[in-house]
Amino acid sequence: MSAVEVEAVTKVFETRTDSVRALDEVSLTVADGEFVALIGPSGCGKSTLMRLIADLDEPSAGEVRVFGMPARQARLERAYGIAFQQAGLLPWRTVRANVELPLELHGASAAARRARADELVELVGLGDFADHHPDQLSGGMQQRVAIARSLAEHPRLLLMDEPFGALDEMTRERLQGELLRIRTETGAAVVFVTHSIPEAVFLADRVVVMSPRPGRITEIVDIDRPDASADPESMRESDAFFRSVTAVREALHGRDTAAERGATASGATAPEAAARGVETR
Amino acid sequence: MRLSSRQTRAIGFGALGVLSLAVLWEGYKLLGPAEGISIGETVLLPRTTELAMPHVWDSVARAFQPASSASDELVIVAVAQAAASTLGIAGVGMLLGAVVGVLLALLMQRFLLADRAVLPWLILSQTVPLIALAPLVVAWGGRLQLGPFEWERWMSVAVIASYLAFFPVAIGTLRGLRSPEQAHLDLFRAQGAGWWKTLRYLRLPAAVPHLLAALRLGTATAIIGTVVAEVSTGARGGIGRLIVEYAQSGSSDPAKAWAPIAGAVVLGLVAAGAVALAGLLLHNYRRAEAR
Repeated sequence: MSAVEVEAVTKVFETRTDSVRALDEVSLTVADGEFVALIGPSGCGKSTLMRLIADLDEPSAGEVRVFGMPARQARLERAYGIAFQQAGLLPWRTVRANVELPLELHGASAAARRARADELVELVGLGDFADHHPDQLSGGMQQRVAIARSLAEHPRLLLMDEPFGALDEMTRERLQGELLRIRTETGAAVVFVTHSIPEAVFLADRVVVMSPRPGRITEIVDIDRPDASADPESMRESDAFFRSVTAVREALHGRDTAAERGATASGATAPEAAARGVETR
Repeated sequence: MRLSSRQTRAIGFGALGVLSLAVLWEGYKLLGPAEGISIGETVLLPRTTELAMPHVWDSVARAFQPASSASDELVIVAVAQAAASTLGIAGVGMLLGAVVGVLLALLMQRFLLADRAVLPWLILSQTVPLIALAPLVVAWGGRLQLGPFEWERWMSVAVIASYLAFFPVAIGTLRGLRSPEQAHLDLFRAQGAGWWKTLRYLRLPAAVPHLLAALRLGTATAIIGTVVAEVSTGARGGIGRLIVEYAQSGSSDPAKAWAPIAGAVVLGLVAAGAVALAGLLLHNYRRAEAR
């Protein structure tokens, strides 16, 4: 069974003066245990797509199914774990209590909560900080807590909206490596929104390239992943990695030239705007 | 308990504040003209006669003398008793006001319609002068009788105090309940948490700093409300009554009138201290506040 099925989904945001087509007849399937990265410039609807899968918004048309269930039912049955760009920890709770939150909301016993939280805090390498409060942690550590929290109920699907977007490059690479390890240990499917090409290529099995106005999927790039036995970090310097980076970049740039043509026709002046927010280094 | 240097300094500055007020008082009394300073009919600075401004030490000394020749009860004891009575009534009023305020805030947070419908009335309610309200409350209360329960004058005073106190609590709590960021609300929605669980685990804890600020304001208004209501309903035994009584004997005994005023000030400080104590106990919920 597929983890996520998105069928011909359209999302229109109505404002007082006009309407914005954030997603236009987008279809996508994520297999169980598959890691899919969504990439594209600002306004391409990648975050919107993730929010539809999470049932934080409802599609204007089309259908979203998560593990065969309608998105709403999947949300209510806690079929997924979720992490956002902002860690979103509750400042009055300790690290452990933050990780316990989903379990507490769903009535797990105190002992079970504690055991699971300790396990997860250990998993993300924060064993010494379990009793700290979020304001005592660095941004990277806070994000680890958020990831631990998203894993609390053994989800088969992780939804992540630029979880490393606000972190510095070194912290970011380290957490990417950790995410891959965690993902291998849990076997969960992941939908990962990012605007960094190397991040998408390093993490994903497939990179979904999107374009804005209206939000569409322009291309899906399969990534050549190294053997599971190899050290994932070695991938960053492999030829396959650079080939994939180039492939994704070209998929984005192909869109760029198209935007340029469209821009000339409509009189707009900023073709590079289409790619704004995408790191191509 | 040993005090940190910061605490010592805070206490020092507090004492310095009181002292400088006394110095200011005595300084003006010494230097200011006896008839005060006025332009035409308008008095700009008060008279400095013994009648208008008794010496600070006279006022303090008077507090430790009997209140009247008829009894040997000291002024300070009478003031303390009255202050305790007022504090109790203000406490009841504050409690009532806080409960009503929080319930109104919950109602307004839950239902947008309630927000639109109730809020203008809340604001309107605070524009009604207390003096106009007091006799009404007393009159209504006087007609209440449920079996053995009988409405007493002090209950009217507490109701009037709560009428003032609920407003800042309602507004502050509403703000607090609405303070969680969208990311937090999304998180709770993603967990399938309904209104009640979102309230219990997110909105209420997030509202604590706002609620404390509102309570600080609310207790101050509850005290003022109680004192004013005591005066305007003629309730006996409280500090409000004492202020009026002692002021009436002001021409013959000017130093005595300042004791209940000082008592009212101390009362306000005690109430503020109680809220600050609550704030200390809830410090985990105030981590987001600037430190």
